[in-house]
Amino acid sequence: MRLDILNRGYGPGTNLLFALIRVFSRHPVPDAAKLVFYRPGFYGTRAKEFTHEAMRGPSTWPVADRELMAAYVSKVNESAFCVGAHTATAGQAYQDGAKVQAVLADVETAPIGDALRATLRMLGKLTREGNVGAEDMREVLSAGVSPQQVEDALAVCAAFNTTDRLADAFGFELLSPEGFEAGAKYLLKRGYR
Amino acid sequence: MPDEDKKRAAHRALVDRVLNAEGRASPEQRARAFSNDGLPPPLPTLIGKVATRPAQVTDADFAAAKASGYTEDELFELVICAAVGQTARLYEAGLAALAQATVDGEAG
Repeated sequence: MRLDILNRGYGPGTNLLFALIRVFSRHPVPDAAKLVFYRPGFYGTRAKEFTHEAMRGPSTWPVADRELMAAYVSKVNESAFCVGAHTATAGQAYQDGAKVQAVLADVETAPIGDALRATLRMLGKLTREGNVGAEDMREVLSAGVSPQQVEDALAVCAAFNTTDRLADAFGFELLSPEGFEAGAKYLLKRGYR
Repeated sequence: MPDEDKKRAAHRALVDRVLNAEGRASPEQRARAFSNDGLPPPLPTLIGKVATRPAQVTDADFAAAKASGYTEDELFELVICAAVGQTARLYEAGLAALAQATVDGEAG
């Protein structure tokens, strides 16, 4: 990562934890995990709480759809690390990697329902342009999405617009495909806390 | 507390922490990074990219900030504030549009 403190600034307990993760997962500790362990009182603890609530808290959006939203927002932001991580996680959650790839290639023609498509379209516009209007929201609502589902999707969008920015700014190192798959398995089992 | 408010409460708690917790950068600097406004050169280059085109951040942006005297811990905080700040504006814009669409729908 671009700051040495994020590569080497951890105490003995955290370094031991990282060593155990390397041994048991047989993969490097992802930079996304390292970031939230650096001075966690400043960012990591509360970032994990918010992200976990958005991604795993109660919602009528299934976890797979929320992971797809995370991958899609990351694609709009061109955040390679987060695209890799959440493409893998959504693919495992759906047990259908091709569906995720189809959405990232073209949301308009992908084999998903109208409600999810309209939601992704709105999240893409908000992420790309920094704003959406009432008319954009009316289109989502008219596709059968409830106001609560829109709020839940906006929380996912907020969590990943933050993480994408930090991944790119700090320069998270890309993992191997196997590393992303291992991370996805962990995120589906344990979440973001 | 309803679940939807738990999401927003958790987000507010994150915003409050990065702006107001004890840190190495001053609260004033963190507020400026959060709003992407009013920071002295060369920080606007790095912080502006974090806010609006993060994929374009380079090693040179960090090197320039360090050369002007900012420590890595200060930059860690200011970059986080910029990311959280821009995102908070997106989140608020989305929620405001939803509120407007919902009110208009009820009125119509």
